[in-house]
Amino acid sequence: MLSRAPSLKRPGRRSLRTMSETSVPSYPRSWKKPPLIANRFLRWGLWFGAAIYLSLALGTMEINWGRVAEGLPRGQRFLSAFFPPDFVSRWDSIVDGILESIWMTVIATVAGIALSVPVGLGAARNLAPTPVYLFCRAVIAISRTFPEIILAIFAVKLFGFGPFAGFLALSIATIGFYAKLLAEDIEDMDPGQAEAVKATGAGWFQWINYAVQPQVMPRMIGLSVYRLDINFRESAVVGIVGGGGIGATLLTAFDRYEFDSAAAILIIIIAIVMVLEYSSGYLRRWVQ
Amino acid sequence: MPVLSANQGQIWRRRTSRTQWAIWASWLVGIAIVGYCWKLVSDRTVWFFVTDAGTQAADLASRMVPPKWSYMDVLWRPVWDTINIATLGTVLALAMAFPIAFLAARNTTPNSAVRAFALFVIVSSRSINSLIWALMLVAIIGPGIFAGVLAIGLRSIGFCAKLLYEAIEEIDAKQVEAIEATGASGGQKLIFGVIPQILPTFAGISVFRWDINIRESTVLGLVGAGGIGIQLDASISTLAWTQVSLILLVILATVVVSEWVSAKVRHAII
Repeated sequence: MLSRAPSLKRPGRRSLRTMSETSVPSYPRSWKKPPLIANRFLRWGLWFGAAIYLSLALGTMEINWGRVAEGLPRGQRFLSAFFPPDFVSRWDSIVDGILESIWMTVIATVAGIALSVPVGLGAARNLAPTPVYLFCRAVIAISRTFPEIILAIFAVKLFGFGPFAGFLALSIATIGFYAKLLAEDIEDMDPGQAEAVKATGAGWFQWINYAVQPQVMPRMIGLSVYRLDINFRESAVVGIVGGGGIGATLLTAFDRYEFDSAAAILIIIIAIVMVLEYSSGYLRRWVQ
Repeated sequence: MPVLSANQGQIWRRRTSRTQWAIWASWLVGIAIVGYCWKLVSDRTVWFFVTDAGTQAADLASRMVPPKWSYMDVLWRPVWDTINIATLGTVLALAMAFPIAFLAARNTTPNSAVRAFALFVIVSSRSINSLIWALMLVAIIGPGIFAGVLAIGLRSIGFCAKLLYEAIEEIDAKQVEAIEATGASGGQKLIFGVIPQILPTFAGISVFRWDINIRESTVLGLVGAGGIGIQLDASISTLAWTQVSLILLVILATVVVSEWVSAKVRHAII
């Protein structure tokens, strides 16, 4: 009895096959991938809107294809003018520009971060009273809106040509970036630790120093290296409007049609950015 | 636990003497470097212009208000162009970044040489600013919107491909394995196993980059690549500061609107 019971419940291979052949013939044989947007009207509406927009945009773009076709062989000559890169003939001014960019980047990053610490503390909702909060958020919003280059135009207008203007533009741009992330990080911190330190009777500065700072520090160190990297890249463009640094050298190279020197400058920028990026990735792993 | 032995007993300290000294030393080195850089920069600064900045700023502010509202009629077209540059550039970048991301991701790349090449493309696209791309492209294909679209596209490849390949590397391998177990070919594995997993990230990245590109395309006109930057450059060159202030307000409005749209869309996706 006992040995026969399982064989009754579990049908053999043969019986399974005959069962599926007889009882489930109408099972669908094809399958379609479910779409990303489930709502059919929204999906088709988006496609339709995109098609209308694209036709409008391409229609009003006024690409002079004749000019482009005409430019292509010329473009080829331009591209061949970039090769081989000429490091030698303008080496002195390249080195000068790169060094100026590096000085500018270093002090702009340091000054920007120093300024964004109070702004970031003020823009954290769990630390600051509402008027301070709104003021600091407004500072962040304004410095984030305008690209570095527009800030640089005004810095050059007010403070004259040279690396000082570039330094100011980059510092202001750093505030928008760093203070925002600092504030968000403080808002996300663990309130338990903050409360524990407060319960020991710590003053405001002790509280910041022992409760808030250790929690946000690892991420902030990583971000400051990342910002150093961004500032170096941006220092290559503030020179275009007179803010000093390698951008000025690059613009001069373009204006003189010395494309081989320009190629050399671009290669040096890429190399330095790669080094910075690898070291910042390494440092961030080491800190966290 | 770092403690200090004193007459009264032991006192808690946050760090051991050794770490404390190391921290002091790194502060010293850091401050020395910053001070040195500051000295070199200040040597190249004409301090007269800097001390003069207050009067200059007051003068500039008085020239910038009120904004010349009637100039808005001229500005609608450049604003439309700016949005087009950002949108079409983003589309172009996504089209190019998609295959590159698959070549760069560790789990989908055909071999390490291809991966190194893809990573090189990503880094070089990221390290050259869109203004410099525009400077080069204007020299090659002439000034205009097309150069701007290409500049934004080339610049954004690196950003999009980097985020996308990181997303591809983080996919759930079991789903791909399940698709493979049904007898799917390599291409089918990508289409049914990998792509559905990264599509939400892809949509998020594209909206995020579009928002950044709106910001960047407002200034491309400074080097002749189309958009509202051309009017900005022209107004600054002719010292028409009331027009400049209007243009800045328009840029501010465009950026705020695009940020709002991008936040809404990303919220809807995630």
